Amino acid sequence: MKFEGTSSYIATDDLMVAVNACITLERPLLVKGEPGTGKTVLAHEVAAALGKPMIEWHIKSTTKAQQGLYEYDAVTRLRDSQLGDERVKDIRNYIEKGKLWQAFTQDSPVLLIDEIDKADIEFPNDLLQELDRMEFFVYETGETIRATNRPVVIITSNNEKELPDAFLRRCFFHYIKFPEKDTMEEIIQVHYPDIKRELVGEAMNVFYEIREVPGLKKKPSTSELLDWLKLLMAEDVSPETLRERDPNKLIPPLHGALLKNEQDVHLFERLAFLARRERT
Amino acid sequence: MFINFFYELKQAKVPVTLREYLTLMEAMQKHVAMFSVDEFYYLARSALVKDERNLDKFDRVFATHFKGLDFLSDVESKEIPEEWLRSIGERFLTDEEKELIESLGGFEKLMERLKKQLEEQKKKHQGGNKAIGTGGTSPFGADGYNPEGVRMGQKQGRHGKAVKVWDKREYKNLDDSVELGTRNIKVALRRLRRFAREGAADQLDLGGTIRETARNGYLDIQMRPERRNKIKVLIFFDIGGSMDAHIKTCEELFSAARTEFKHMEYFYFHNCLYEHLWKDNRRRQTEKMPTWDVLHKFGSDYKVIFVGDATMSPYEITYPGGSVEHWNEEAGEVWYQRVQDVYESVVWLNPVAKKHWEYTPSIQLVEQLFSNRMYPLTLGGLDDAMRELNR
Repeated sequence: MKFEGTSSYIATDDLMVAVNACITLERPLLVKGEPGTGKTVLAHEVAAALGKPMIEWHIKSTTKAQQGLYEYDAVTRLRDSQLGDERVKDIRNYIEKGKLWQAFTQDSPVLLIDEIDKADIEFPNDLLQELDRMEFFVYETGETIRATNRPVVIITSNNEKELPDAFLRRCFFHYIKFPEKDTMEEIIQVHYPDIKRELVGEAMNVFYEIREVPGLKKKPSTSELLDWLKLLMAEDVSPETLRERDPNKLIPPLHGALLKNEQDVHLFERLAFLARRERT
Repeated sequence: MFINFFYELKQAKVPVTLREYLTLMEAMQKHVAMFSVDEFYYLARSALVKDERNLDKFDRVFATHFKGLDFLSDVESKEIPEEWLRSIGERFLTDEEKELIESLGGFEKLMERLKKQLEEQKKKHQGGNKAIGTGGTSPFGADGYNPEGVRMGQKQGRHGKAVKVWDKREYKNLDDSVELGTRNIKVALRRLRRFAREGAADQLDLGGTIRETARNGYLDIQMRPERRNKIKVLIFFDIGGSMDAHIKTCEELFSAARTEFKHMEYFYFHNCLYEHLWKDNRRRQTEKMPTWDVLHKFGSDYKVIFVGDATMSPYEITYPGGSVEHWNEEAGEVWYQRVQDVYESVVWLNPVAKKHWEYTPSIQLVEQLFSNRMYPLTLGGLDDAMRELNR
């Protein structure tokens, strides 16, 4: 069982080693990186490559660790008891399985815990034991749920909060850095195989130029580049248009896909204007 | 196996623990990394480093510890062409060293020994090894202090790959003191939260209602007050003069703190805290507020943050009348002391980079007055400061 990237996902060597270590040792893998570098997609691709089912648990600021295990629906039970429903006698009818429970009982699926940093600071601590031993106790029924086949756990974080050390100790860690030009070309090839080579080359130049503009509030990332290329293809923009340095057209066509911020567009216009003026 | 490497990491302040080291060993045993240095590097990195801020430190330790190793794994699989050995030797040896070599039997002999040793090693260890590697008195390897030493696999890469991955140190710019943005500041400030339920009970407590209903047998509604952050913060900003250079960082801090804390009060001062403070810089001469009033008005449960570069003449702090603007009856340090007498949690955030502090006497003086509770205005510093306030 080895992960080596898929036909739709380019994995760098270091990422492959990290994923394989996490699969072999059955430990969670914590993935960090700039937004839009494919952290969430990674879990999907690992599941696809290994041919395993996929369970996603998206974390919000209100998510509690307990919700991942199970929830006891007391209100329904109360109502049922007033109506004299037969179901009320068995407490198991009112226990709703959470994502972790589902993952533990299926045949070693890929479990994605997305954006763990969104939750409360204590959230990762509450999951320590569950992720480490892959088991938990249900107080209402007195049974212990234990993973028969341990799931592959992939956790993503956007660095909004620091994660507790005890939690980090139990994970493998990988930081997805922004891809270099070669890797980026491969990624584009995978997504748009019939895109004109020239267009890609020119588009990449423009893209990396924009990324290097100092002071941008939000640098465009891989997912934005891919969107932009899609637009360029749909509009049938020719490579020449991208290459041309007409002082009247300071910013690249369809820039809305790359620059998501009004100030950034202004800043870019100003800088481009200055640069062109110096050149002539 | 790599115990020394582990301790070197610890020494370089990479937070590694035994548990992580054991994980690495387990992964090695299960052949996650198969006989390739690059793979081992990736594996070790992913098992031992848990924060991108430490990646650079890790790379540096790895580079020094495993110097020359990468080169070797390529060499031993092939016949070693003599020309090539010679060219390496010549490139890295100075003239004097070459003379020395001549005196010890000449270049040919040295190279022969190297060849022999490489072959010997191949027999002894299979796969990767680092017998020709770091330190030691062997004439071969990167750190050897034998003048005959041949520097190997340090700058020169293999197969056109210019430098080894860990020598690139790609993670350099992720080291701690990154530029602050409001979002980052908010995250750092969020450390300073203490939730509590206080005030009027105006929220339905669902869990409590169910519990009480079940116990009593009739519907018994429970209410409770809303959960709020009860931290109160008082911020004093140094404004004008040398602080103009840091105005952007301070603005960011200010706006982040504004949204993060419900109970936040701020006041301005110039250079050093004296008997007056103000809230509006345009009307600072007319709408002054006595510092005593501030100290009396805000209770001792407020957390106090000073923001300033503390860069001034030491007289402005230590002597009455030291102020550059007016005649102050009491010295600045008296006022700083009074603030600390009233409030238990006080920190000073300094936008000047920490490495420059020792060159400015007034910074050291203020740091002393605040019993070392001065932190640089970076993410790392802010984090530490919030932790101090939270104690």
